[in-house]
Amino acid sequence: MTLWHLLLLASIVVLGIKLLGYAVPPAVFDSPRPRRTLELLTVSLLAGLVAVQALGGASGIVLDARIPAVLVAAGLFAVRAPFIVAVAAAAATAALLRALTGFA
Amino acid sequence: MQTDSAQTDAVRRARREGLGVVVATSAYGLSFGALSIASGLDLPQTMVLSLLMFSGGSQFAFIGVVAAGGGVAGVASAAMLGLRNALYGMSMRRVVQPRRALLPLAAHVTIDESTAVALAQSEPRAQRAGFWVTGVGIWIGWNLATLAGALLGDQLGDPRQWGLDAAAAAAFVGLLWPRLKARQAMAVAAASAVVAAALLPVLPAGMPVMVAAAVGVIVGLTNWLGPRHESTLPDPGGPQHAEGHHA
Repeated sequence: MTLWHLLLLASIVVLGIKLLGYAVPPAVFDSPRPRRTLELLTVSLLAGLVAVQALGGASGIVLDARIPAVLVAAGLFAVRAPFIVAVAAAAATAALLRALTGFA
Repeated sequence: MQTDSAQTDAVRRARREGLGVVVATSAYGLSFGALSIASGLDLPQTMVLSLLMFSGGSQFAFIGVVAAGGGVAGVASAAMLGLRNALYGMSMRRVVQPRRALLPLAAHVTIDESTAVALAQSEPRAQRAGFWVTGVGIWIGWNLATLAGALLGDQLGDPRQWGLDAAAAAAFVGLLWPRLKARQAMAVAAASAVVAAALLPVLPAGMPVMVAAAVGVIVGLTNWLGPRHESTLPDPGGPQHAEGHHA
């Protein structure tokens, strides 16, 4: 599959899921277990993506300037900084470390 | 029963609240646009994601996994992160009660923020106003910001030099953060991150995240480490998300 195929497939699936929400009877998810499972599935996916984006590299795990950058972002989210500010601060941290110290 | 002016006040308040969320959320469409280009997508591909997929978590997941070479796992990650929108749709159908012709549009703009603003209102007309202003407003703002971010990203050159790889990781931290209120969620997040990291050297791209997702499903089904009282669970997309950072 080309990138276009993957992209259109993913977009249609995500849109289809939204439409499905309006089509299925509310009773299907009106109990604690499916709600909790869906919420924790979201948490697990996002946490897995944090790990992969912060540590992933050509040889499996690569430790570099992304780690201090992510810590800076986490600190800013903890004090309720706006999303764009924390993300920009993470980018700036990694960029500065790389430019000034040669730290990968 | 409320008077007309009290109703109008509630509607006006809902619109104002929605607009605040629209501005804050749209702004980080900038980071999506720039990161998408840095991940190797071109401008039309980036715009199709924001126009058609239109769900922040799914979009970031798709570009992250596909950039790492994950292919179909990118589709699966985006789909699984989009599942919560179905849950929002179930409650929004009752709250918004869209006309048949408007139903596809209502479904398309059913995301964390529009659901949260709607549920934060106490009066039906205000709930509907909050939903539409937030949903349609973010769709417009998010796409304009995506375009600006993508054009900017095109000028940047090597994404690592600008720390855009670190920005991608930080974006997921921001999407995750508002969901870490309960101990159970924190434990699931920690375990999932460890599982994904441990599998990075052994599994092909995209698969570590898929396996990590099983942690959430297993803990969710068994309610391991969970509160005894089910009713103490936060309602997904409840008012506490109104000031969250996620799309």
